[in-house]
Formats: sequence, C-alpha cells, structure tokens
Amino acid sequence: MPIEIKDLTHIYNPGTPLARTAIRNINLTIEDGEIVAIIGHTGSGKSTLVQHLNGLLKPTSGTVKVDGVDINQKGVDLRTIRWKVGLVFQYPEHQLFEETVWDDVAFGPRNMRLSDEEVRARVERALAAVDIDPALANRSPFELSGGEKRRVAIAGVLAMEPSVLVLDEPTAGLDPRGRQDMLRQIQRLQEERHLTVVFVSHNMAEVGALADRLVVMERGEIVMEGPPKAVFAERDRLEAIGLGVPEMTALMAKLREMGWDVPVSVLTVDEAEKAIMAVLRREARVGTRGDL
Amino acid sequence: MVPVATFRNIAIGQYIPGESMLHRLDPRTKIAVTLLLVVGLFFIDSYLGYGLAALYIALAVLNSGIPARFLFRGLKPVIIIILLTFALNSFLTEGEIIWQWGFLSLTKEGLYKGGLLAVRLILLIVGTSILTLTTSPLALTDGLESLLRPGRRVGIPAHELAMMMTIALRFIPTLLEETEKIMKAQMARGADFESGNLLQRAKSLLPLLVPLFVSAFRRADELAIAMEARCYRGGEGRTKLKQLAFRPADFFVLAGSGVFIVWLALVA
Ligand SMILES: Nc1ncnc2c1ncn2[C@@H]1O[C@H](COP(=O)(O)OP(=O)(O)OP(=O)(O)O)[C@@H](O)[C@H]1O
Ligand SMILES: [Mg+2]
Repeated sequence: MPIEIKDLTHIYNPGTPLARTAIRNINLTIEDGEIVAIIGHTGSGKSTLVQHLNGLLKPTSGTVKVDGVDINQKGVDLRTIRWKVGLVFQYPEHQLFEETVWDDVAFGPRNMRLSDEEVRARVERALAAVDIDPALANRSPFELSGGEKRRVAIAGVLAMEPSVLVLDEPTAGLDPRGRQDMLRQIQRLQEERHLTVVFVSHNMAEVGALADRLVVMERGEIVMEGPPKAVFAERDRLEAIGLGVPEMTALMAKLREMGWDVPVSVLTVDEAEKAIMAVLRREARVGTRGDL
Repeated sequence: MVPVATFRNIAIGQYIPGESMLHRLDPRTKIAVTLLLVVGLFFIDSYLGYGLAALYIALAVLNSGIPARFLFRGLKPVIIIILLTFALNSFLTEGEIIWQWGFLSLTKEGLYKGGLLAVRLILLIVGTSILTLTTSPLALTDGLESLLRPGRRVGIPAHELAMMMTIALRFIPTLLEETEKIMKAQMARGADFESGNLLQRAKSLLPLLVPLFVSAFRRADELAIAMEARCYRGGEGRTKLKQLAFRPADFFVLAGSGVFIVWLALVA
C-alpha cells in the first residue's frame, strides 16, 4: 500500500496572528515494505508530517494518497484509513485508559467492530509481537513499567493490523536496553508481516541500523533523502542543520582525515571493527605504518 | 471529524500586549476603577448619564489603542441576552402603546427602559473587557492578591488564592494541548467522539478523560515536588520579582475616575 505525498503544506492556525507554516512543499513516496526514517531537528515538522499519513491533520494544500486514494477527498472514510495506517504517537503510554492491558489493546479492534474471536486473536498476536507476557494482560496498564506501557500502547495500534505502521519517536525516553528491544521488535514486525514502517527518530545510530531510507527535514522541508550510508556520507551538511552522524561513521571520517584507507559508509561498531582490522591486516602484510 | 488542531487557538484571557498608559497602570488601579465603574453603571438611569459613561469608556479604549473589533468580540456571546433584555422590557412594560400586534404591545416607556438596560449591559461588558484586554492574567492575579491582602486577618487566603489562579492559568494551555494529543491518538485507534446517542457519546469520552486526568494528577504531583524542592512555603515573607508600584499616573487616574464615576452615579 504505497503512500504518495504531493506538494504537501500545512499551516497551523491559518489566517490568524498565530499562523505557522509547519511543513512546506513536501513530496515523498513510501513504497510497500520499506522502512523509512524521518529525522530532523526539533520543530522541523516531523510530527506534523506523520499526522497527515492517516488524515489526523488536513493538508493546507497538497495531497496525500494511500493506495492511490486521496484520503482527504469527500466521502473517504478516515476511520478505515486509520486502520490501514496505524499511527503511534510520541509517548503513546500517555493514552492508556482501560482497566486492563487486554482491554486497552482491544480498543482499536473493537472500534473496528470485529467479532469477539477475531478481537481475541488480534490482541494475543499484538501482545506477542511486542513481547508482553500474556500474564500481564489482566493487570492494570497503570501498574506497568514505563517500557512495558510503551509496548502495550504500541500493541494497541498493532492490534488493528495495519499495513503501514507509523511511529513518532518510538524510542524516546527508553533506556539503551529498551531501545534495543524496541528496534528489534520493529524490525521483526517488518520482516514477519511485511509492514511498511515509517518512524521518526533523533538517534542517528538507530536510523542507520534500521532504515532503508532516510528523510532529513529542516524547517518544514525535506532537505536530504536517500539510503542511510549515502546520507551520512554528507556529514558536513548534516552537521550544518544541527544533526550528527552515527559515532562510528564520524570515527571513520576522522580516520580518513588521518590518512587511513577506511570506507566512510560505516554505521555500527562491528562494521567499524572489520574496516579497521582490514586496514591493519593489509598494512601488516605490506609492512608500512609500524607505529600503529 | 473534530477539528482538533484548533484547540490551541483559544486565547486564555484576552490580553493584548501594548505600551499605552492604560497598559502600564498598576493592575490594582485598573481593578479598583473597573469595580467602581461596574457599581456606578447600576446607579445611572438616564441616557445622558450613559452617554457620559460611554464617552469615558471610549476615551479609555482610545488610550489603550485596542482595535474596536476585540471589544465587539467580547459582546458576541451575550448579544442574544442583550437583545432579549431589550425586547422583553420593550414589550412587557406598561405605558403608552405605540405599536400593537396581537397581545404584544410596544410601549414608549418600555422602549426607554429596555434601551437603558441594553446600553447598561453593553457598557458593563465593554468596560470590564478593557481591564482584561490591557492587563496580563499574571498582573491581574498579582493585583488581586495585593488587594485581598488586608483580608487575611479575617481569614481570606489571599496569596493561596492568587497562586491557585496563576497555576490554573498556566496549565490551561498545557491541558488543551494534551487534550488535542490524546484525542488524536485515540482517533488513530478508530475512536469516534461525535456519533451515537448521549450515552454512547459520554462513554466515548472515557478514552479521552481517563488519560487526561491521569496526566493532570501526575503534573500536579510533579509541580508540588518541584515547588517544594525550591522551598516554596506559602506567601509568608515572600517577595516579588516584579513589585507592584503605585505611580503618579495611578493616583491621577484613580482620583479622577473616582470623582467622575461617583458624580455620574449620584447626579446623572
Ligand atoms: N498544534 C499545533 N499548533 C500550532 N503550532 C504547532 C502545532 N504543532 C506543532 N506546531 C508548530 O509546528 C512546527 C513543527 O512542529 P512538529 O511538532 O511537527 O515538529 P517536530 O519535528 O515533530 O519536533 P520534535 O522533534 O520536537 O517533536 C513547530 O514550530 C511547532 O511549534
Ligand atoms: Mg515531534
């Protein structure tokens, strides 16, 4: 289910002294099964952009097409669009409200008027997908730890079994372990269910590890776009707009400045280790640079 | 669907920043004069009196530099009440009939009285909106606190009242923002806030209200801890960053307006 965004502009409070152009002339196509990461400085319009993907915000101008249908046309049932494009807000744990975890996750499927068995099956699948112990299902969501709450909230969206999953800063405020788990779960979802995933993040290492494609936003516009390695290769431009590159990419860049023949497109510690070892081995063979 | 994104438009108070003399007056002066004006307007019962009062208010508006449309905006919600007051009085007062339709009879006395009441209401609203238009909510609570302070001896918790007002004002936009966010989040899960009968609608508010209350309590807790961590212990011995200062202008305005309004109320 591809999503096509054309010339999308959104102005908050148009026609008032508080008017503010949050995004401007956005053109973006998201293909089936892709993992797209949206990065950008705070206030660059990322959340505004993703809220257009399921019609929560209406474009001031431009169109958003899901599966070829302009979702803001008259007569389009936005609720069905929202079942297809699941949106997880930033800090989704703040939206928990039911008495039990199970009921909260079932809220979406029940709104879809599914049969009881179907609801049950979906809730179980969703909880499993985010590694929530079924034993927790009858507890109050307010008794869970922060990370568990977040995962239950995400399960609440997954239970609608959308074909596109949009997450606004899913790892914000989690500890390193929680981040790792979250990323692993997102990746697994994408692989098992062939979901299209769009996620917003501030963490360069994270987007480098997970995304097929990066979209870099600045002041409401898309300024760079492409596979992570290609985007990170333009380190100066990223830094100019207040973003960095993953630590290992930065390290490689430093090494190159020092005359090492390492590739710049390195994202993780493992890759960095390989690249450095390769150089060291090559040089040990040739016999230069005994000093290192 | 609900136009959720419009929640942030709601202006809190209606303060319009400015540099006019009226803006810079001590809030206590403005509160006192406004109170006096409100009371005075109830005493006046002639068109001449109201004409003079209107002139006085017009001068204040002119001084404040506030565009007239903001004053009329304050009138909009009560326009029905004003019209109703006018109509009821015009038709239900006994006197010399000038127009009759069925059992409805428009009387000269009624017209006169209805008109007076309508003018009084309009002047009341415009007069009081000048206060809120030229005084920031914080200055307003500061002024109230200071005016209420003598009441502490008889048990009026002036500081606490003012602090509560300040905190409430501070958190209204935050709560609205939060409402907007939670509403959107639940709509993303297919929540429907507007169809169904009354009971269904009330029920559909649960997914909004529960998280809202949870977060309000959490915020209240956090705020209390933050205040205690900074040694807040009530108003006793507390000093202010911005001291209210009564300046010569305040004295002139207070004295001048006082004399004028009292004269108007008693004579006109
Ligand atoms: N509901 C709203 N009403 C008015 N202005 C808004 C609203 N939401 C966002 N904005 C403004 O629009 C701009 C873009 O905001 P947005 O939330 O999309 O940024 P973001 O990239 O998600 O930032 P962050 O990384 O901080 O989440 C900001 O300048 C913000 O102040
Ligand atoms: Mg955001």
